[in-house]
Amino acid sequence: MSERAATVSPPDERAQEEQKHDRDASTADGTPDPVTSGAQAVVRALENAGVEYAFGVQGGAIMPVYDALYDSEITHVTMAHEQGAAHAADAYGIVAGEPGVCLATSGPGATNLVTGIADADMDSDPLVALTGQVPTEFVGNDAFQETDTTGVTTPITKDNTFAADPDRVGDDVGEAFALAGEGRPGPTLVDLPKDVTNADTEAEPATPETPDTYEVQERADPEIVAEAAERIEAATRPAMLLGGGVIKGEASETCREFAIEHEIPVITTMPGLGAFPEDHELSMEMAGMHGTGYANMAITHCDTLIAVGTRFDDRLTGGIETFAPDAAVIHVDIDPAEISKNIHADYPLIGDADTVVSQLAEAVDASPEATKWRAQCQQWKSEYSMAYDVPSEQSGDEPSTSSKMPEDEPVQPEFVVEALDEATDDDAIVTTGVGQHQMWACQYWTFTEPRTWVSSHGLGTMGYGLPAAIGARLAADDDQEVVCVDGDGSFLMTMQGLSVAVRENLDITVAVLNNEYIGMVRQWQDAFFEGRHAASDYNWMPEFDKLAEAFGARGFRIDDYDEVADVIAEAVAYDGPSVIDVHIDPEANVYPMVPSGGDNGQFALTEDQL
Amino acid sequence: MSGNDRQRGLEGPPPEERPTPDGRRNEQGIRIDPEVEATHDPRRTVISALVKHEPGVLAEVSGLFSRRQFNIESLTVGPTTDEDRARITLVVEEPDPGIDQVKKQLRKLIPVVSVRELEPDAMRRELALVKVDAADPAQVAAVADMYDATAVDSSPETATYEVTGSRQKIEAAIETFEQFGIREVDRTGMTALARGTDETTGPTPAEASVSAVEDATQTKYTADDD
Repeated sequence: MSERAATVSPPDERAQEEQKHDRDASTADGTPDPVTSGAQAVVRALENAGVEYAFGVQGGAIMPVYDALYDSEITHVTMAHEQGAAHAADAYGIVAGEPGVCLATSGPGATNLVTGIADADMDSDPLVALTGQVPTEFVGNDAFQETDTTGVTTPITKDNTFAADPDRVGDDVGEAFALAGEGRPGPTLVDLPKDVTNADTEAEPATPETPDTYEVQERADPEIVAEAAERIEAATRPAMLLGGGVIKGEASETCREFAIEHEIPVITTMPGLGAFPEDHELSMEMAGMHGTGYANMAITHCDTLIAVGTRFDDRLTGGIETFAPDAAVIHVDIDPAEISKNIHADYPLIGDADTVVSQLAEAVDASPEATKWRAQCQQWKSEYSMAYDVPSEQSGDEPSTSSKMPEDEPVQPEFVVEALDEATDDDAIVTTGVGQHQMWACQYWTFTEPRTWVSSHGLGTMGYGLPAAIGARLAADDDQEVVCVDGDGSFLMTMQGLSVAVRENLDITVAVLNNEYIGMVRQWQDAFFEGRHAASDYNWMPEFDKLAEAFGARGFRIDDYDEVADVIAEAVAYDGPSVIDVHIDPEANVYPMVPSGGDNGQFALTEDQL
Repeated sequence: MSGNDRQRGLEGPPPEERPTPDGRRNEQGIRIDPEVEATHDPRRTVISALVKHEPGVLAEVSGLFSRRQFNIESLTVGPTTDEDRARITLVVEEPDPGIDQVKKQLRKLIPVVSVRELEPDAMRRELALVKVDAADPAQVAAVADMYDATAVDSSPETATYEVTGSRQKIEAAIETFEQFGIREVDRTGMTALARGTDETTGPTPAEASVSAVEDATQTKYTADDD
């Protein structure tokens, strides 16, 4: 350990070097030097926006921007791959609640960002991407490392801009920053041709403002609020459905108060995890394809659904025809285009989640009479409890159905997720890749706080977890723990990010739930493709603990139940990046499950029910 | 319980033992009320958008239509009297919820200033160039006259006419010209403005909900014929 620590931790020296540059950047009285180039205007715009961290990778066309950044107080985290830069910035944005910033050069740099930008777009995460571009005079000539970046990213950004004017380039960046965070958040991109960033300009960027064509409605129509309130009062089977918009709109507290005051059972979507404490008795936890049985029963049988900040994704709704078919839908969303896009809103409430739920709270005079319904929900919670097979010696008070000896048995992934949850504080941040491990994390981690769940929901990007943990780490409070629950397949996609975590000495714990499969695909092949494991069976995986050590991180390995608690404790306690290679039961599957387009109420509890 | 021989899963009543609600939704996500048939048929309508006059806007708008699978019949774009603004006129054919989505998604694009669905009585015009075989010039000229078409070019073998008017008129003209043999046709797609003092893409009324809608599709076009 000490050897490695000596060879891989020059951050102190670097910090001093950075401070030196900081001094260079400003005059004696602390006011920043005037802008002299387009690149400096870009950096000044970021500074004006309060940016503390930026994630990126150097390259030819973005060099002027990096040169200007060299003198800035903004801390740049050099990533190993641009995709990781975008995911790190995305996760930073989720945890910090303000746009994360990523940088890349033209051509491959920009196209490598694309997955991360698309991910942010699907999940409405605030993200600003700055890409270098070949000099304006070469644009359109198929120049070296030229890609039509604004063309490529138009469908996956909230807005993007080709910065053509050195005198405006700072404002372009400021505008992109403001737009990314305002209203429904999302990714924005500014493409920066090298001649524009190299050009002389003295134009100081103005205070970041959204474009004049951009409008956000904060308050919902009071008449519809009144009608919705009446509907809630008259409901006999009410349910709240809290989506990611609740967290982004800082509405968790207001929603909690509303649900608890009126004793309304609360369901969350996957991005909504943490919007409502899952240890509260009104919590039905997550609904959808791998949601809990009780959440799916509640959403299917409710007569009034108060949906806040959700876009009714198909993984949540299952088949449209059977989605909450008896429910009058009260839909609160800041984006008018989400209203009645997938599910018709009987009470469309356009506005900011916190403002509109407050409006509703004021308008609802009497709680719905739903004693029977609440009892029914509790009954579903016990009937469809999320108990799993685990040896009784290890499970404590957990319900269990087996009493075999632990060392004979493969470790069940749910047990590992619960052990990680147990070993960390309530405000610990969880990031994941995509697949079975992600679903186990959703199901078996007890989320109680907003902005503690950082995952790739809409796009489903394998490899999201590790770079996201890097971004989340830098946005989190120092005493907040950051855990990445990863899969072997996902980890393998972006594990080069470990070099960054080691170099920056970031305190993160990665638990790779290793089944040597693309597990979710293997599960579907067993269920829907007659068990033909086409290209899903890796059959071999590198030893992730040793790989971690090679990078300079701490590496651990778990094969048996009796190692789980101790190893996790040691890894979490280690002040730096650690990786636990957890060899889980390779045949473990994720249940309950609603097959694609299926009826939420008809979720399968076992494979033969599919 | 190890390995493949185990059917791993959770406990609880199986699907067939669970209560199921009676209700259903249609494919547009609307609860089906047995007393009111809630499905919507597609209808054709004209949407006008005022946009920033800058590069890439047209690509953004057309990209939106293709990636969201909106059914678009024509799209025209041109400058306005304000050099910073261009007007895009779209003819779309969608059920009401789809038209509503078109408007909202368009409005969401940052370079789009305002969006409006035009009233059925709005003025709508299209222009077509029709190049026909001119073996029988007199007869061709007679047909052209019938549709107020203007000759713009003639050669020993061809005659090219410009026809303007409603979509129906253009289609009728083309159909009639077909007897002579049409070599090529180019159509502009529809341009449209609201009538009188009504501003075509004036300040959008806060009508985010589905606007009042006519059921008939065809009548709008015949009503506007000249």
